Amino acid sequence: MEAHTLTFEPDDRYNAFLTTCTKAPHGEGPLCGVTVAVKDNISTQGIETTCASKILKGYIPPYNAHVVWLLRQSGAAIVGKTNMDEFGMGTTTENSAFGPTLNPRDTGRVPGGSSGGSAAAIAGGMVRMALGTDTGGSIRCPAAFCGIVGMKPTYGRVSRYGLIAYANSLEQIGPMAQNVSDVSTLMGVIAGYDRRDSTLQDRPYTHTPSADIKGLRIGIPKEYFGAGVDPAVAGAVTKAIGRLEELGATTLPCSIPSMEYALAAYYVTCTCEASSNLARFDGVRYGPAADTKKSWHDAFREVRRAGFGTEVRRRIMLGTFALSSGYYGKYYAKAQIARENVKKDFARIFSDVDVLAGPTMPTIAFKLGEKSDPLAMYLTDILTVPVNLAGIPAISVPCGKVEGMPVGLQIMGRPWEDERVIDVAYAYEQAVS
Amino acid sequence: MATEQEVHHIAELADVGINTEELSTFTHQFNAILDYFDVLDRVKGDTAGTRDLCNVMREDIPEPSLPREAVLQNAAATEDGFIKAPRVM
Repeated sequence: MEAHTLTFEPDDRYNAFLTTCTKAPHGEGPLCGVTVAVKDNISTQGIETTCASKILKGYIPPYNAHVVWLLRQSGAAIVGKTNMDEFGMGTTTENSAFGPTLNPRDTGRVPGGSSGGSAAAIAGGMVRMALGTDTGGSIRCPAAFCGIVGMKPTYGRVSRYGLIAYANSLEQIGPMAQNVSDVSTLMGVIAGYDRRDSTLQDRPYTHTPSADIKGLRIGIPKEYFGAGVDPAVAGAVTKAIGRLEELGATTLPCSIPSMEYALAAYYVTCTCEASSNLARFDGVRYGPAADTKKSWHDAFREVRRAGFGTEVRRRIMLGTFALSSGYYGKYYAKAQIARENVKKDFARIFSDVDVLAGPTMPTIAFKLGEKSDPLAMYLTDILTVPVNLAGIPAISVPCGKVEGMPVGLQIMGRPWEDERVIDVAYAYEQAVS
Repeated sequence: MATEQEVHHIAELADVGINTEELSTFTHQFNAILDYFDVLDRVKGDTAGTRDLCNVMREDIPEPSLPREAVLQNAAATEDGFIKAPRVM
């Protein structure tokens, strides 16, 4: 079926790739010969898949993720696996065991994360499209920081089969590209039913972007322009929303009161899920060998201590703590109530407006090494995590620059209205290009 | 507040290992994060919203799984077509 071969020998000066396929096979189809990079937490049969972790160094998946199978069916040339924060845990791609990715717009800055390699491969002109994954902003953040387009689809629209799980209830695979049309095209390839992911609904995506947004009602949540958001970034986004009004949209102020505890709810939920998901990495079925002569716990501890990076160990420990006897009610149970409140806030607002708009990230890309305190790093995710808690679709589209660095306009939509989110981003992109 | 002893205990439970140099940094960072999580004490609402959720069931239809060689190819130690693991007893 894969009758053609595409030669791929990029000058990867940004460390965007962990693996490149110099002779990438591909077949015929709608993406015939299109270069697509795949984040390294998505299983590719016969191609090393490490999640940017030493604990999976050398792991060659014996099967394809559903999205990879779909890409191959579409004729796409999978040209490599992209760098990321280890297991998706980070906002900068500095938490990779194989060195950070650099931002092609300014190599002294981070590309954002955790899908930083995918974003840099696109922004650096090495590939046309890429797959990322978004657990708490990991597609939208690097899209914003690198000045490209990235979308987190509605939870349950794209199969997670073959995605190496970090926090199952939050994460989705999504499309990234230089422009909205390509993001839409890639979404059309990867969305659709797969019975191996039981959270999936049969909602194929067959949309062609439309720039007509006359009469669209846009909610402007005040929390997205409040404390902690760089006024210059907020200004660029406000100007972009003005462009949408010129195109016939109307805006309404609104509020998401549950944002007060959304970030805590997110970090409790994702670390709890991580502590369970990452228990499988023990050096027995894959990864560096556990010493089979030692006792179970001694052998595992040795492998996991050496194989996991600091942030991964920190999150596993936080999750283990939050789920431990006596603390479950204080952390996990409360986080689930908070999560429900976030969903209710969105549902209430979406009865009055069609989409919400705000900045994707509160600042422009950080300098490399600028943020070393874990909590300070977590706090930068505040504008992206509510979307994952609620399972709704959201896109980041470039909207101007601050200090020469790109700013992302984030459009959030009702569940299953990925098409509308795409249209709003497309309308903006067409108006300014 | 989590003490260094508690953090050490959690590291043992999670099998991630921790050494003495790391312990004080981890404990310090752990407590900063846990302090932040205290905002959840203010959350109002009834028990988590699982009421609107439903199970999605399908028939369990047997089909071929991966060949044994494919399953074993990534294991560090195998014997007679099985994966070798550390001793439990």
